[in-house]
Amino acid sequence: MLKLTRRRQDYAWGYLMVAPTVIGVLILNIYPLLKSCYLSFTQSTGFGHAHFIGLANYVRMMHDPDVWQALVNTLIYTAVSVVIGVFLSLVVAVLLNQHIRGRGIYRTIYFLPVVSAPAAVAMVWRWLYNADAGLFNSLLQSVGLPAVHWLTDPHTALFAIIIVGIWSMVGYNMVLLLAGLQEIPRSYYEAAEIDGAGPVRQFFSITLPMISPTLFFVVVTSIIGGLQVFDFIFMMIEPMNTAMEYTQSLVYLFYKQSFMMGDRSYGAAIVMLLLVITLVITAVQMKLQKKWVHYND
Amino acid sequence: MERKHWLIHIVLILGAVTMLVPFYWMLVTSLKTLVESTQVPPTLWPQTFVWTNYSDVWNSLPFAAFYVNTFGMIFFRIIGSVFFSATAAYAFARLEFPGRDMLFGLVLVTMMIPGQLFLIPQYEIVARLGQVDTLFALVMPGLVSAFGTFLLRQFFLGIPKELEEAAILDGCNRWQIFWKVMLPLARSGLVALGIFTALFAWKDLMWPLIVNTSLDEMPLASGLASLQGQYSTNFPQLMAGSVIAIWPMVVLFIIFQKQFIQGVAGTGSKS
Repeated sequence: MLKLTRRRQDYAWGYLMVAPTVIGVLILNIYPLLKSCYLSFTQSTGFGHAHFIGLANYVRMMHDPDVWQALVNTLIYTAVSVVIGVFLSLVVAVLLNQHIRGRGIYRTIYFLPVVSAPAAVAMVWRWLYNADAGLFNSLLQSVGLPAVHWLTDPHTALFAIIIVGIWSMVGYNMVLLLAGLQEIPRSYYEAAEIDGAGPVRQFFSITLPMISPTLFFVVVTSIIGGLQVFDFIFMMIEPMNTAMEYTQSLVYLFYKQSFMMGDRSYGAAIVMLLLVITLVITAVQMKLQKKWVHYND
Repeated sequence: MERKHWLIHIVLILGAVTMLVPFYWMLVTSLKTLVESTQVPPTLWPQTFVWTNYSDVWNSLPFAAFYVNTFGMIFFRIIGSVFFSATAAYAFARLEFPGRDMLFGLVLVTMMIPGQLFLIPQYEIVARLGQVDTLFALVMPGLVSAFGTFLLRQFFLGIPKELEEAAILDGCNRWQIFWKVMLPLARSGLVALGIFTALFAWKDLMWPLIVNTSLDEMPLASGLASLQGQYSTNFPQLMAGSVIAIWPMVVLFIIFQKQFIQGVAGTGSKS
C-alpha cells in the first residue's frame, strides 16, 4: 500500500517536473516546426494569411539560381571550414596535451574568439580585409604585391569568410578535444614506449582511436554549425556587394526572403531544404562512424 | 627532448599571434584618428590617442540600453533554462511515469532540427502576444532547453541511486530529494549549462535582428550591426564600438576561465 502511493506520487511529481520543458518545447519548437513545414506549402498574402499552393515553392526553388548557388556556397563553406578547422583544433589540442609551460595562457588565447560577439569579430575582420587601407593589403603592398579585393571579389570573398569562421571555431573544438585527450590513460603511452613505438606511431595507434568518439562529436556539431552559417556573411557582405551571389548561404537566403522581402512561405521552403540536407548528412555520418569511431564500452 | 618543446612553442606562438592580431588591431585602430587609420603603411601604435572615439560612439547609440538588454536576456535565459532543464532532467532520469520515454524522445528530436525552422512561427507568436521590441521577446526562445535537459539528465544518471534511497528512508519527498540531494551533486552540470546558455545568448544575432528593431530594445549583437550601418567606413569609431561590446564577456571569461573551459568541455564528453 505504501509502495503504491509512492508510485502514484512519482507519477504526479514526474509530470509536474517535466511540464515546463515539455510545454515549452511543444510551443517553441514542435508547433513552429509543423508551422514552418505547412508554410512552405502555402503562399503568404500578408500577415497571418496564407493559402495552400502545394509544391509550388519547391518548384520555384528548383528553378531559382540563387538557391542553387547558395547551396553550393553553404556546402563549400562547411566542407572547407570543417576539414581545416577540425584539423587545426586537433593539432593545437595534441600540442597542448604535452607537459609544456604556459598551457593555460595558450588555452586562454585560443579560446578568446569564442567569447567574442560575432558582430564585433566580423567588423574587425572586415577592417583587416578592407581593400584601401586594411592591414592585409597594406602588408601586401609594402612587399610590392597588388592589393586584393578580399570581400568584393567573387573568387576570394567566400574563402575570406571561411578564414573568419575557422578562426572563431578553433578554440571551442580545441577545448572539447583536449578534454577527450586527457581521458586517455598515461599507461597506454608508457606501454607503447616500452614496445619501442615512436610518437607518430603512438598518435595513430593510441591517440586517434581513443579520441575518435570526441572527434566524431566535434565533426558532427561543426558540420551542423557550418551548414547554418549566417552572421559573418550578414555582417561582412553588404546587400549590393558584387560577391554576394557567391557568398550567401542558405540561411542568409532564408533570412533575406523571410524578413527582408517578407516572403515567409518561400523562406520556410528554403529552411525545409536545409533540414533535409542536415538530416541526410547526419544520417550518413552515423552510418560511416562504425568504420572509424572506437567506443570502449 | 628540450628541442622538441621549442618546436611545439614555435607552432603554438604562431597560432596565438594569429588569434591575437585581430584583437590588437581592433584596440589600436579604436584609438587612432580617421586619417591615421587609413595611412599606408599603417602605424602599429597610435601617434595620438583619440579617446573621443569612445565617447562619440557611446553618445551616438544607446549602449547603456544594449548592455542592460544583453545581460537581462542572458540572466532570464539562464534562470529559465537551468531551472526547468534540471527539474525535467531529474524526472526523465529517475522517476517512472507513463509516457516518459515518449516525452523525452519529443524533447530530443528538437535538438536535431536547425534552429532557423523555428524562427518564423516564434516571431509570429511574439507578434501575436504584442511583445515585439521587448525584453520578453529576447528571452522567450531560451526559456526552456532541450539540450540542457539532455545534458543534465546525463549528470543525474551518473549519480548513485543509493544516495536517493537513503533520503527516501529519511522520509524526504521527491521534491526534497531533488532539491537537497540531487541538485548539489549536479552542480558542475548546472554551471556548464549556465555558461553554455550565456555564450549562446551572447552570440545570437539573427533572433534579436528579427524581434527587436527599435534601438533601445536591442542587445549588443544587433546594436553593433546598426552601428555598422551608421558609420560604414569610419573604422576607428566602429572599432571603439566593438571594444565596448566585447570587453564584458572577455573580462568575465578571464576571471572565470576555469569554469568556462570545464563547462564547454563538459558539454562534449557527456554527450
